[in-house]
Amino acid sequence: MSATPNIPVTPPVKLIFEKSSAGRQGFKLPASDVPLKAALADKYLRKVPAELPEVSELDVVRHFTQLSQKNFSVDANFYPLGSCTMKYNAKFTEKAAAMPGFADLHPLLPQLKGGERYVQGALEVLFDCEKWLAEITGMKAFTMQPLAGAHGELTGIMLMAAYHKARGNKKKYVIIPDSAHGTNPASAAVAGYQIISVPSDKKGGMDIEKLKAVLTDEVAGLMMTSPDTHGVFNSSVSEIAALIHAVDGIMYYDGANLNATMGRCRPGDIGFDVVHLNLHKTFGTPHGGGGPGSGPVGVGEKLEKFLPVSRVIRRQDGSFALNYDYPDSIGYIASFYGNFAIILRAYAYMLLLGGDGLKQTSDHAVLNANYILSRLKGHYQAAFDRICMHECLFSASKQTERGVHAIDIAKFLIDQGIHPPTVYFPLTVKEAIMIEPTETESRETMDVFVEAMIRADAFTKTDPDAFHDMPRTMPISRPDETKAAREMNVNFFAPKA
Amino acid sequence: MNPYIANTADDVRAMLDVIGVKSIDALFADIKPSHAPRSFNLPGGLSEFEVMERLRHLAAKNTGALVPFIGGGYYDHYVPAACSAIISRGEFYTAYTPYQPECAQGTLQALFEYQSGICALTGMDVANASLYDGGTALYEAMMMAIRITGRKKVVMDGGVNPIYRKLIKSYTHNLHFEFVETPVVHGQSDRAAITKLLDKDTAAVIIQNPNFFGTVDDHADIADLARAAGAISIASVYPIALGLLKTPAEMGIDIVTGEGQSLGLPLNFGGPYLGFMAARKKYIRQMPGRIVGETVDAQGRRCFVNTIQAREQHIRREKATSNICTNVALCATQASVFMALLGKQGFCQLARLNLDKAEFARQELGKIKGVEVKRSSPTFNEFTVSLPKNAADVVEAMIPRGFAAGFPLGRYYAGMENYLLVAVTEKRTKGEIIAYAKALAEVLA
Repeated sequence: MSATPNIPVTPPVKLIFEKSSAGRQGFKLPASDVPLKAALADKYLRKVPAELPEVSELDVVRHFTQLSQKNFSVDANFYPLGSCTMKYNAKFTEKAAAMPGFADLHPLLPQLKGGERYVQGALEVLFDCEKWLAEITGMKAFTMQPLAGAHGELTGIMLMAAYHKARGNKKKYVIIPDSAHGTNPASAAVAGYQIISVPSDKKGGMDIEKLKAVLTDEVAGLMMTSPDTHGVFNSSVSEIAALIHAVDGIMYYDGANLNATMGRCRPGDIGFDVVHLNLHKTFGTPHGGGGPGSGPVGVGEKLEKFLPVSRVIRRQDGSFALNYDYPDSIGYIASFYGNFAIILRAYAYMLLLGGDGLKQTSDHAVLNANYILSRLKGHYQAAFDRICMHECLFSASKQTERGVHAIDIAKFLIDQGIHPPTVYFPLTVKEAIMIEPTETESRETMDVFVEAMIRADAFTKTDPDAFHDMPRTMPISRPDETKAAREMNVNFFAPKA
Repeated sequence: MNPYIANTADDVRAMLDVIGVKSIDALFADIKPSHAPRSFNLPGGLSEFEVMERLRHLAAKNTGALVPFIGGGYYDHYVPAACSAIISRGEFYTAYTPYQPECAQGTLQALFEYQSGICALTGMDVANASLYDGGTALYEAMMMAIRITGRKKVVMDGGVNPIYRKLIKSYTHNLHFEFVETPVVHGQSDRAAITKLLDKDTAAVIIQNPNFFGTVDDHADIADLARAAGAISIASVYPIALGLLKTPAEMGIDIVTGEGQSLGLPLNFGGPYLGFMAARKKYIRQMPGRIVGETVDAQGRRCFVNTIQAREQHIRREKATSNICTNVALCATQASVFMALLGKQGFCQLARLNLDKAEFARQELGKIKGVEVKRSSPTFNEFTVSLPKNAADVVEAMIPRGFAAGFPLGRYYAGMENYLLVAVTEKRTKGEIIAYAKALAEVLA
């Protein structure tokens, strides 16, 4: 049995700089229509022009089109990357974001006297989005400003710090489960807190006894992803919230996994004081190969007065305005009002689906994940033998005994035209394989994936060594990561190591 | 009906059978009745057509009619059609962070080329694969300087974008840093004040070029002063100006950041934008965010990977150089397309057009009675004028005449209520500039 046919690889694409030919230019600028040529003293001028490539427009278009063809993407491939919610991104939201009335809007316009009336539509989008997200999460108010999930986390922790400062609390620690995303401890640390990591129990939830053991008056709060990165909804969440609140701590909800529970459970109702959401996960905005994202933050009553400025308000006459007059605010956390064009896409997505459609989204996301879990658990070790939420977690422990690791299975899947699941995360599970199909995938697609996973498992028994030179069908085989990190060639123009 | 869900009633039944439960509700058994939503009161869904109509209606409430002479770090440049066309390819915009390099060479090579383009513009050795925007990039540079030096005092030039300064202050509010701002004298950095403040506790000196008032400067002397004091020099720069202006590398700057919106991104009412960062190679291990590096595959073929990842949160958690995860890879790709389209010559021409048109506008406005234009300090495509009246009121009066006339500096600088910041890009025509000057003369008359 052969794992994959050997398909000819696509030829390498030279760097755009290597295609340069003196005298070419890919964009035509207008001739100057002003009757002067300004003079700047030499000391202000660069000595030589920047060595940008000299290429025609077709050169550029073909270059980037060829590059794009070297990517897997949701549009072309099943992409069950756990924890990332790689759902389909509706095409009309792209069209909505490109409308000139939004795309051409200068962010300083509303800061001009009389300028607000020229951005009423944009302010209404922000205002309405805040209201939708507040209702979805059960929070009192939202800021749309944070520019990505981790930026939302930092904002949330800053709100936590402002709360404690205002109450005269002396707090030093933020508690974070060991299954959390790396951004949680990093964000809390950037905001000035020390981290206490709490281990998970055997069923994948937070170990409450261990939590109690580290809980002191110096604990500022707890960051919790719900459902967590084990794909488990922690039934003890209210008990945990009561423990944290008893030391005047803040319950922080990392909304990375909100796609599991819309219409089923709202963080605001179960004890959370502050939440961040990832519009690029739950609300259907594209991931862009690594951003731009959007990480709005919602708060309950306790934290509302600390929200960053500006805030969007609706006046008595129904018009919208930006208000900066909040004396307890943590201040500016972004230059403007958030990643507006991303927020607009999420808004369009919510309007189309409505409340029922959002609930249905979560229902099918959970159904799909459990379907994969059920079909694969006879072949791979399920990390936790229970119903999962929107993602299912396996360990490649059995396959590892045969010399095939999670990363090898990932590379096998690439040869099947499938983007691999997340591997080696969460850190709590050895050889983790974390699968998140999302609600937008069909049973047929998932069956193809499941069968590929089953073939991979069978293959670990017959020819484990064959995995090590996979993938074979891609433009490249496995890269030498050590060489990259040692030589640090990150700029075409730098002298090579 | 939900167009983004494929499961039919039959599928659901078959899948539930495989799972061994009777209903979808049974999958949510861990969510106790006490966890149920107290409310989930949202409108019903709409069709795509209805949503588009609603958004069209909202877009129409915004204005596209004002001729913009407003900048403040965010500029009305033309976005070439090829920029939007390329990043509209699903292979780019529906991919994730390139964790599996074999099936993400498109994104990785585009980002490597972006980094190289930023290095070409700034003259620096290394660049990262992007940060959120110009403001957060400057904050990250400051934190980087604090890590490199182990010192806690930061000297910030008053000519740095006041929005950036405000957000850096919020971020550092709970950290024990000393944050000192120096005044701007005749539109330029106050060398004497900076010299006085630089000491063995200083982690960084932060300047901007051109600064918020539009003034072009040569900060080589400040970079020297910083180096002599063992501090890091940081410059926030405007990439279009680098088509002509002395590079931060030529000035001896250590870390460079900037707002990349001008590199082919729409204004988008504030985002998404593009924070870029470049530095001397010796500081690369202290850089935040993703960095794409060149390597070879098992057959020796050139390829690209995320590299030096031991700096990052997914490996180092609370000891990471930054909490950033998602950056703005698509915006960086767009900027890369923009830099390639304009190219070596086009980029210079673009900068030259901006400079000449702004200089023409400066001269035209200078002819108006009561308007004073400072001639002593050179500018690029933005400049400050003093008016005989409150600038915010003048801008308000210019709106019905069809102009977003500029940014009144009084909003962020006490005592500068009569000063107006005017930006002129390649898109402004001679006719628009003359009409603008005429309208301003009428308003001031």
